[in-house]
Amino acid sequence: MLTLFDNKKEIIGFIITFVILIFLIPFLNAYPSEESLFHVSNFKISLWGKYICYAVLAMSLNLLWGYTGLLCLCQSLFFAIGGYMMGMYLMLMIGDRGAYKSILPDFMVFLGYQDLPMHWKPFYSFWFASGAVLWVPGLVALVFGFLAFRSRIKGVYFSILTQALTYAACLLFFRNDFTFGGNNGFTDFKEILGADINDALTQRTLYIVSCLFMVLVYLLISWILNTKFGKVQQAIRDSESRVRFSGYSTTHYKLILFVVSAMIAGVAGALYVPQVGIINPDEMAPAKSLDVVVWVAVGGRGTKYGPIIGAIIVNMLKSYTTQAFPESWLIILGFIFVFVVLLMPDGIVGLPNTIKKWRQNGFQSLRFKSLIKRFI
Amino acid sequence: MLRFFKGFTLLFFLTSILYAEESKVRGLLELIMTSSGNEQKESLVELSNYSDPQIKTIVEAWRKGDVYSFTKNGESIVVQQTNSGFERIKDGELLIIEDQSSLKKNRPSRRIRKSLKKIVDTADLIALDPKVRKEAVLKLGLSQNLSYLDDLRRIFKNELDPSVQKVFRESIAICLLAHGSDQEKLSAIEELGILKSVTAIDFIEKIVKNAPESLSDISLEPLLKDKAEMAILKIKNHQSILDFFGNLFRGFSLGSVLLIVSFGLAITFGLMGIINMAHGEFIAIGGYSCYVVQNLFASWFGTHSVGFELYFLAAIPVSFVVACLFGFLLEKSFIRFLYKRPLESLLATWGVSMIMQQSFRLVFGAANVQVNTPDWLIKSADFYGVAMSYSRIFVVGFALMVILMTWLLLSKTHLGLHIRAVMQNRKMASSLGIPVSKVNAMTFAFGCGLASLAGCALSLIGNVGPSMGQAYLVDSFMVVVIGSVGNLLGAGISSFGIGIFDQYLQPVLGPVMGKITVFFIIILFLQWKPGGLFPTKSRSLED
Repeated sequence: MLTLFDNKKEIIGFIITFVILIFLIPFLNAYPSEESLFHVSNFKISLWGKYICYAVLAMSLNLLWGYTGLLCLCQSLFFAIGGYMMGMYLMLMIGDRGAYKSILPDFMVFLGYQDLPMHWKPFYSFWFASGAVLWVPGLVALVFGFLAFRSRIKGVYFSILTQALTYAACLLFFRNDFTFGGNNGFTDFKEILGADINDALTQRTLYIVSCLFMVLVYLLISWILNTKFGKVQQAIRDSESRVRFSGYSTTHYKLILFVVSAMIAGVAGALYVPQVGIINPDEMAPAKSLDVVVWVAVGGRGTKYGPIIGAIIVNMLKSYTTQAFPESWLIILGFIFVFVVLLMPDGIVGLPNTIKKWRQNGFQSLRFKSLIKRFI
Repeated sequence: MLRFFKGFTLLFFLTSILYAEESKVRGLLELIMTSSGNEQKESLVELSNYSDPQIKTIVEAWRKGDVYSFTKNGESIVVQQTNSGFERIKDGELLIIEDQSSLKKNRPSRRIRKSLKKIVDTADLIALDPKVRKEAVLKLGLSQNLSYLDDLRRIFKNELDPSVQKVFRESIAICLLAHGSDQEKLSAIEELGILKSVTAIDFIEKIVKNAPESLSDISLEPLLKDKAEMAILKIKNHQSILDFFGNLFRGFSLGSVLLIVSFGLAITFGLMGIINMAHGEFIAIGGYSCYVVQNLFASWFGTHSVGFELYFLAAIPVSFVVACLFGFLLEKSFIRFLYKRPLESLLATWGVSMIMQQSFRLVFGAANVQVNTPDWLIKSADFYGVAMSYSRIFVVGFALMVILMTWLLLSKTHLGLHIRAVMQNRKMASSLGIPVSKVNAMTFAFGCGLASLAGCALSLIGNVGPSMGQAYLVDSFMVVVIGSVGNLLGAGISSFGIGIFDQYLQPVLGPVMGKITVFFIIILFLQWKPGGLFPTKSRSLED
């Protein structure tokens, strides 16, 4: 167990975060009265549930980008596919309580379907849906990854192709006849496993499950990194050709990681949908994948907890700025992005080190300096 | 000077003819309104020899009861009530009438009305503009009205323009389908087949369906069916050929836009190794520059002047310069720190793209802005039945120009030599004394300028809005990857290929499935040729 962590500090931080997220916050939501100073509102719980799902998504990207060097721009696609799989189950659980009082989901009645399409039928079972959350994104990743890695597409080309994949899938999901609700997607869910989905207890449970899953993913990634597999993975990031010349089939390593990461993103999406209450093709727009990259970059690429910090901070900032400056939040986000890439290559987690470097070199390494010199 | 003088006299001569015709028509119309009996009949026959837009407006006014007559000094005068007052029919002069009670409404009799309608309908058959003639002929033909058949035949004899003659034959044949004898019907079907008249398909199908009633000799029915089948086959074959070439042409014009976009991208991404996610926003800069220049020209010259019509020609260099300037600043401020970190250049430029896109929204509004295509690009040329709009032809020509210029710049100029040297080996070029940072900035600015030229071209055939470039970004990245990164010839071939492929798949599979299919074909293509069309041969390893 101890070998999972790098040092004592990390263990302490891990335990504190674990206790706060999984015991303290739900406790404060459930017990103190609403007027109390310590009360955490239901809104906050589902908001934090959302952040946690995003954090898991960022971790799944970090596994690829931070530790394997694959800048994958279809992470939001896997996230959305997972969400859609769970959404199908939730749609069927609405039953005849929809606007049209039919057992069919509303959008199907609207589009004139007579009965449920074949591929929808198994989704009456929660366990089938949960399985689909894992294997559908995994299968997509397997097929695409096999084709991409086999022809040795790497670096920037891999990014571009994954972005095109996301774009194509997004267009596909926007179609009405694709039986996934077109641009409206799925919404207006009623119950999950027999429990009212809008009930505080259900939301709290979903939040706790998300947190537990995040912890699980954290431990999984820690474990992978300490195995031989993880060492090869990081070697691929640093110099793929050398690893290949040493006799490792980098294609297989990358493929396995790509599939695992897609599955993690899929589960994050499945946990996200019941908490947010809607899934539509916007969730897989190419821009969303780039957002995930921002979170990882801001938090600290190639660190275990950087993506979590990045996802939560950027999303909190986003929630705040979209309310305070609805017109210009994209501009603020854009500037943060440029700033982080240029001046904080190691993100927030690496900030102390970056500052130390500046101090040691007497601000020589500060890239701005030559720039200022030039212009003045 | 002499030439000018000649032109002037010619112009004067023409206007005087036109003027003479108008006054003649007005005179005849007045005569018809005031006279009766034989004199009226003769004037009607004479009027049918003229084609003047005045006929239609005045006759319409007469029918609606806007024409009044009164007597002054024993002479009867007919006037037309218009928005500006009372116009004398004879010469169009405005009259001031003090005693309005003396006005008597003048309305045509039913017989006159009928013959006037015919004159108005057939007036366009002898119009000066062949396009107006064609439209009028086709309209009468499609109405299948027996009463026009003789007029069509009569005027057909005097028609000299072969393209209008063809429409005449087509219209007469369509009329005959409804009203001719059995033999005439059969030959009309044959004729339509020979003429490859697309409009006639419905009529031929109808006559086959109603064959038992419409034929007087039932035994001819099988023959009619055979002939109709033959004719329809001929027409459909012709139509599919037209569709083929029409798609080819549209594919070419789409490919041209892609080509300009991906040339810019091939330079920044392929040659410099910078993934410019803000490339789409530079396209938008081009579109918005067109918009701004258009508005400036409109306020300087007015919207209906010759000067305004030329705004587009001015917009092209303006947008190029504006985008180059932005590109230069961008390169100087942060792109130059990212040459060693291509993946991070993707992130930084994505941030820039967000900033630029939102700035467009704040400055120009979130909705698309209206960029008017200049009048001289609105029409379309008819090339053996394939309609080619001038704006699309212009875009194709423009793209070819851009290719030529880029090629000249890269291979014939000093700067081009420097650019190629820096792209091949930055360090070596630097040690040989080439000002690398300057060349980098210039190259990046040039790539951005190309993007904005694409934006100009797009403003002719698409919308101009804050996210107009986004749709082309993914496509043009594909183009660059397929055509081998850094290879301009490859970029050219693959952009035309993707453009044309897209255009052919769209009618069959719909726009979305077409795009998705193209995408999967690209992925499969990369299995076969991972390095694109023209991979660079190199013995070095990337890492």
